[in-house]
Amino acid sequence: MFKEYKPNMAPKKNPMPSQDPKVRAHNFKEVAEGYTKEMAMDEAKRCLGCPNTPCIAHCPVNINIPGFIHQVALGNFEEAYKIISESSSLPAVCGRVCPQETQCEMKCTRGLRPGSEPVAIGRLERFVADYHNAHATGEVVKPISNGHKVAVIGSGPSGLTCAGDLAKKGYDVTIFEALHLAGGVLVYGIPEFRLPKSIVQKEVDGLKALGVKVETNMVIGRVITIDELLKEYHFEAIFIGSGAGLPRFMGIPGENLKGVYSANEYLTRTNLMKAYREDSNTPIEHAKNVAVVGGGNVAMDAARCALRLGAEHVYIIYRRSLEELPARKEEVHHAMEEGVDFQLLNNPVEIIGDPETHLVSKIKVEVMKLGEPDASGRRKPMGTGEFREIDVDCVIIAIGTSPNPLIKHTTEGLETNPHGCIVTKGESGLTSREHVYAGGDAVTGAATVILAMGAGKSAAKAIDEELSKK
Amino acid sequence: MYKIVRKHVFNPTETLLEIEAPAVAKKALPGQFIILRVDEDGERIPLTVGGYDREKGTVTIIFQIVGASTYKLNKLEVGDCLHDFVGPLGRPTELTGEKVCVIGGGLGTAIAYPIAKAFHEAGKNVTAIAGFRNKDLIILHDEFKAASEPDQYYEMTDDGSNGNKGNVCVPLENLLSKGVKFDKVICIGPVIMMKFVTLTCKKYNVPECVCSMNPIMIDGTGMCGCCRLTVGGKTKFACVDGPDFNAYEVDFDEAMQRGTMYKAFEKKAYDEAKCNLFKKEAK
Repeated sequence: MFKEYKPNMAPKKNPMPSQDPKVRAHNFKEVAEGYTKEMAMDEAKRCLGCPNTPCIAHCPVNINIPGFIHQVALGNFEEAYKIISESSSLPAVCGRVCPQETQCEMKCTRGLRPGSEPVAIGRLERFVADYHNAHATGEVVKPISNGHKVAVIGSGPSGLTCAGDLAKKGYDVTIFEALHLAGGVLVYGIPEFRLPKSIVQKEVDGLKALGVKVETNMVIGRVITIDELLKEYHFEAIFIGSGAGLPRFMGIPGENLKGVYSANEYLTRTNLMKAYREDSNTPIEHAKNVAVVGGGNVAMDAARCALRLGAEHVYIIYRRSLEELPARKEEVHHAMEEGVDFQLLNNPVEIIGDPETHLVSKIKVEVMKLGEPDASGRRKPMGTGEFREIDVDCVIIAIGTSPNPLIKHTTEGLETNPHGCIVTKGESGLTSREHVYAGGDAVTGAATVILAMGAGKSAAKAIDEELSKK
Repeated sequence: MYKIVRKHVFNPTETLLEIEAPAVAKKALPGQFIILRVDEDGERIPLTVGGYDREKGTVTIIFQIVGASTYKLNKLEVGDCLHDFVGPLGRPTELTGEKVCVIGGGLGTAIAYPIAKAFHEAGKNVTAIAGFRNKDLIILHDEFKAASEPDQYYEMTDDGSNGNKGNVCVPLENLLSKGVKFDKVICIGPVIMMKFVTLTCKKYNVPECVCSMNPIMIDGTGMCGCCRLTVGGKTKFACVDGPDFNAYEVDFDEAMQRGTMYKAFEKKAYDEAKCNLFKKEAK
């Protein structure tokens, strides 16, 4: 229990100020506008500082949550930032995209009683990071170099974290990014209205200020191989954070019709290539009726982008029920508010096109019902034999991604599992190759930003342990 | 930045650029491609490698002006720089087979030529066929001829303006019907041309027929799935599984359809780009 102030015993979180759903469904500006100082301090006082700290235990990077929240309650926002920074490299990002309801906020003492809500830990984290970004002087003390060279493949959450942690310790770090812009999924995947790209740019600029070199247009495996990085470029250790970029398709008829996109393509055109802007050179279909297949965060992002690109009707087609939707609660809630039509317990079986134009005209689905729980613990969807057709002119497939096989194909002795994920040893992230570490979606398959960040952190620690012995 | 060191205008719609890109030049092989962006907000344009000079550290590309982005690319001169230039991407062409026939159609000739050259330099027996709409659009005549056996270079025009009327299938069928046996036929050009070359090869039981696909693409690293096509009933990505495929298994009709996805947008953007640049120049 904190002594300086009386706890705020309000059962509900301070609501997040947000753009009106009707307005925001037509623009790409950030949906959630963030707490004010007053709201943040009021919310922070809801934390009881309980001794068993279930929040810390459920944070993948074990941020000292009651510690930082206590500083927010006292109005010491920079102090709060320092505490978060001890464990997290990307608080402005994680405060926005972490699935808090299944992590830190899940077991919060304040949320245990029916009808009560946990402390808004994510919103507070975001507030602290934004406060710091707005008030920081920008002066960075470059660490003294220790002379060791480390290469980081990929500039997504795991790569940025690993690079940042090592740079702070004095390592000479170079990030190799395949695309023309650093940030990985944070720039090509997550849309502007959920994670403004200026925030990602700030993180990348922060790393550069620490002395990290960022080489874009470097497809490792093709331009330079892992072995060449070690032998010819004399990197002493490598961290592979190449993500799970390869989109999966369903394998149903009609998937290659015009107007069928992978979510990656739809989001890349929209976010990275700025197809939503009138002056963009990148084309995208401005469809009227859009079906998004899948129920994860990526599906929500695609559906909400489609609305913003002018669609009149956007469906989420998901084969299980609302209970099993894997997306963050807040994203589902936002999508519903904006008018996305959830067609649950529907499994696509065919995409039908116009025989003349080869453009999508309908999606055929089978109505499903839930059976016994399957291996994932979720109730297994089963076909009912009842089919129906929905009129659409665009279909976006968002059923997941697999790790990119490029590095696996070009690196001898790099062990992967049958799903194409790189095999690593325990927390260190060490692969079957000496001096080569890996983490993030390249190891786990498609997962979350925070898990990738955690993996980047532990690998940085292991790399430091290996190289400091030299 | 990637500096343009040479520019050669073949005709009003086709241009060659030689670009300083040492890392790409070091690794490039025939059949692979690069992706470039002209400026900060530019589109990612995939182009097959037309040649490379490992010592000079340069890569040659040959492109056709089809939309706003290639129009802007064509406006650049020697000394100007490209914003981005990434590669080599995709798998290189497999140089197997002793007696091969390399076929290029239109701009596809620019890609067929380095492949023919690689076979020729490896001491293989190369027959080359190139097809163009008319004689003004003929490119790489001397180069292609030098990369094939004497008297085994055939140059065709759709309108017969060079004296040889017909498409690339005419000399191919002529040779095959006379009993010439190729181990492999490689074709690069418009999808419709590759489809008919493949049908001709099938008719004469050529053991291997390879096509180089050039679908719409964004990242070129396997991320977007935009370049997917059906090969042997399975979905493949041209950027990581190709761009070369067993032509007997490719669904060309589907590829042709997918290639038209943004035709209207391209046309509009092209007209706007021309108009905007004209306005700028007028100022």
